Amino acid sequence: MSEQYPALLVIVPLLSALVISVAGWVNKRLCFPIAVAALGVAAWSSVGLLFRVLDEGVIVYKLGGWSPPMGIAYYIDYLNGLVLPVVSIVALLNLISSKKIVEQQFPDKAGPFYTLYVLMVTGLLGIVVTGDAFNLYVLLEIASLTGYGLLAMGEERAPLATLNYLYMGTIGACFYLLGIGYLYIVTGSLNMVDIARLLPPLYQSKAVLAAFIICMVGVWLKMAFFPLHAWLPNAYTYANSASSGLIAPLMTKVMVYVMIRLILTVFTPKFVFNTLAVHDAVVWLAVIAIVMGAVLALKERNLKKMLTYIVVAEVGYMVGGAWLGNRAGLTGAVLHIVNDALMTLCVFLVVGNIVYKIKGYAFGDLKGLFAKMPFTMGAFVIGALSIIGVPPTCGFFSKWYLILGAIQAHQYGFMVALLFSSLINVVLFFRVFEIGFYEPFSDHEGHEHHPAVMAEAPLTMLVPLYVVAISLILVGLYTGDIVNHIVQFVIPKGFM
Amino acid sequence: MTDLISTVVAKYNYWIYITLMMIGLYAMIAKNNLVKKIVGMNIFQTAIILFYVSIGVKKGATIPILEHGHGPDVHHVVHAVDYINPLPHVLMLTAIVVGVATLGVALALAIRIYNNYNTLEENEILTQVREK
Amino acid sequence: MKIIGLIIVVVTGALLIYAAADFPAWSDPASPASTYLSPYFIEKTMEETSVPNIVTAVLADYRGFDTMFETTVIFSAGVVCFFLLRISRREEEEPETRYYRHVLTGVTIQLKEGYKIPPSADFERIDAVWTPPDLIIKTGCRILIPFIQLFALYVIAHGHHSPGGGFQGGVILGASVILFAISHDLRTAVRRMSEKLIGILCAVGVSIYAGTGALCLLLKQNFLDYSALAGVLHVDPITARSHGILMVEIGVGIAVLATMIWIYNNISSAGRYRQGL
Repeated sequence: MSEQYPALLVIVPLLSALVISVAGWVNKRLCFPIAVAALGVAAWSSVGLLFRVLDEGVIVYKLGGWSPPMGIAYYIDYLNGLVLPVVSIVALLNLISSKKIVEQQFPDKAGPFYTLYVLMVTGLLGIVVTGDAFNLYVLLEIASLTGYGLLAMGEERAPLATLNYLYMGTIGACFYLLGIGYLYIVTGSLNMVDIARLLPPLYQSKAVLAAFIICMVGVWLKMAFFPLHAWLPNAYTYANSASSGLIAPLMTKVMVYVMIRLILTVFTPKFVFNTLAVHDAVVWLAVIAIVMGAVLALKERNLKKMLTYIVVAEVGYMVGGAWLGNRAGLTGAVLHIVNDALMTLCVFLVVGNIVYKIKGYAFGDLKGLFAKMPFTMGAFVIGALSIIGVPPTCGFFSKWYLILGAIQAHQYGFMVALLFSSLINVVLFFRVFEIGFYEPFSDHEGHEHHPAVMAEAPLTMLVPLYVVAISLILVGLYTGDIVNHIVQFVIPKGFM
Repeated sequence: MTDLISTVVAKYNYWIYITLMMIGLYAMIAKNNLVKKIVGMNIFQTAIILFYVSIGVKKGATIPILEHGHGPDVHHVVHAVDYINPLPHVLMLTAIVVGVATLGVALALAIRIYNNYNTLEENEILTQVREK
Repeated sequence: MKIIGLIIVVVTGALLIYAAADFPAWSDPASPASTYLSPYFIEKTMEETSVPNIVTAVLADYRGFDTMFETTVIFSAGVVCFFLLRISRREEEEPETRYYRHVLTGVTIQLKEGYKIPPSADFERIDAVWTPPDLIIKTGCRILIPFIQLFALYVIAHGHHSPGGGFQGGVILGASVILFAISHDLRTAVRRMSEKLIGILCAVGVSIYAGTGALCLLLKQNFLDYSALAGVLHVDPITARSHGILMVEIGVGIAVLATMIWIYNNISSAGRYRQGL
């Protein structure tokens, strides 16, 4: 059985999505349990895969029995072995939490919602697991299309924000497709490992250079790297919280994974860091991304939008770390994919709980929330501390590696940007704490100063939230093990 | 000079796809009407399809369908030079489907926006958003 | 915005033109794309899958996994359009005045709020603004549609030997139903092919594809390795691949047919399922 895990990982969610869509017509109550079971199986297989990778090294799974490069193959190594469980577990936790939100907001459309949700997770898992450059494009489109559908269901402004996302996302995906086409025209292959084998004699080719630039711009568009981030804040803010809780933690991180995969496996670090040698410029772009993300977040007077700008800044962390071109920087970037997925999930689940109870997420709505929703806000404190980077939460450790990498690469600008962004995060979150803790609760009718009654979110929303919050601390405590057993094997030999 | 002209002529498929693609990209960025942007998006995607399909062409070759035959026991020699490259066609079938799917979703979003604001001009929508 | 657009277009265009300098010339038989993988596909397809149409073989077998997700893409688009646009009965406005038309006499009846006539062959429900479908167009389409559908089935079934296959045939089938909806009205088309049926057919089509793959998995082979079906179909593994391709093509055809109609229904009526276009 365990040799079929790579197939099960993607096939079980896909088939379940189809079953859910039929169940949506027959009996709506079946949709949620099927979705949970499907993502449970996916999470189980992804964890199983990680342990198999730890035991045996790289796993190759040939789809259709055709060996690459004729057919499509899955390659699971340490990098995606680490990212797969994160994707599936984050998706599962948010799914459990989204049950109540769906019941509250669009009970009639539970069937299509869960179908799209599970399909989107299928797409994300497929992107991470695949070893074929074109297959990645197809799965990217599945994840994007379902993502557009999920995000557009929300406030009045959601469709417009999503349409803008769709334009940008389509440009991004098409650029990626075009880049793959350039690689295909000069190598004749679509398999990532095979392309990497054929590329070295072509490193000086203009076509390969253009392919690299186009692919990177495409992926940056999709992950909202700073000057290309304009679509993200609105699209995530106006969406319903069940969707933003899935997409905000995962989509950008998976795209960061794709970028690292392209650098490490397809174009190889030799080409990117030695032949091309533009990494200083990209790190400076990342510096701008971090600073601008932090400043724009400071400007916002509304919790969800503030968090979306933090997501933009965090993308800067990971891009910068990956482009530092040294061991510590890449370790920090890979570790931050894991940590940031969990941290973002934590704070977005909190927003989901707040919206569920208070029906708003502007700063004005947060007054007296510590009294009203103490458990939710408790988890929010943990998530916020992790984003700020306070030990022993996991955010501290990835930031530590990133700063270490910055010092080793003599990129002091990047180091200063990281510290600056941490300081801004302190301001951002303590401002929220202050409103939530000291200002008295007032409801929409304007009854000021009435005693805050505890009105906590239901248990199905609190339990996933606490699982995430505790895992933030646990991942932080076990960072050493993760780095020693997994992340250090991600980095190719010969990397400083 | 003759060199340059012969290169330009020999690679004319690339110039056509680049022109088309840039028309689409410009429409997506600069146009004010949301549906015009969607049309630009379609031109943009179609340009990439043109690029891929033009990779597959081979001088003196025909479509990649073998003459006849059933089962493995039919033995006639197949020369790769006689048939064009099938792979780009396969890939572009996928890209066409993706294009159709994206178009459908974009139109659905445009309808939602039109229901909300009664217009598809971006500046008019933004004025309405700001007034609220 | 126009100037920014122009700058981006010029920069991107310049990059693409710069890259094209290193590309092989058009229709160059010695280009890497034509000499690396493609000879393998051209020379081995017949031997390994016994399908003369190489595009079909590569599409549904060598790269069958891509194609499965391609079908899923179109399925997701259908679900997204439904999810975003369909106005459920509960959200719809309070019971409106209904209009019915007696089919034989052409008499239109207006019923007050809340009243309705049970579905029957004598009366058809119409909108307040109703344009009668043109007799010539209606009859013309009626004659055309069976032939279109027959041709679509031919395209699906003959995908192994000639250009065609599930996507093309499915689209033609879907177009025939959409033609029916345009020449009559959406209500008539939905009566013939209900929303629920379409929704389920979409999922069934993709399930046939993924299910074929999963069947191979259950028969102790890798996912989508159709040669596993040899034992079930009582043929040799190579013919089994050919049959496997036919099975998934049928699944694709059903999925595309249903999704095309689903997307058309939702978009043309903005999710209200009334007269439509």
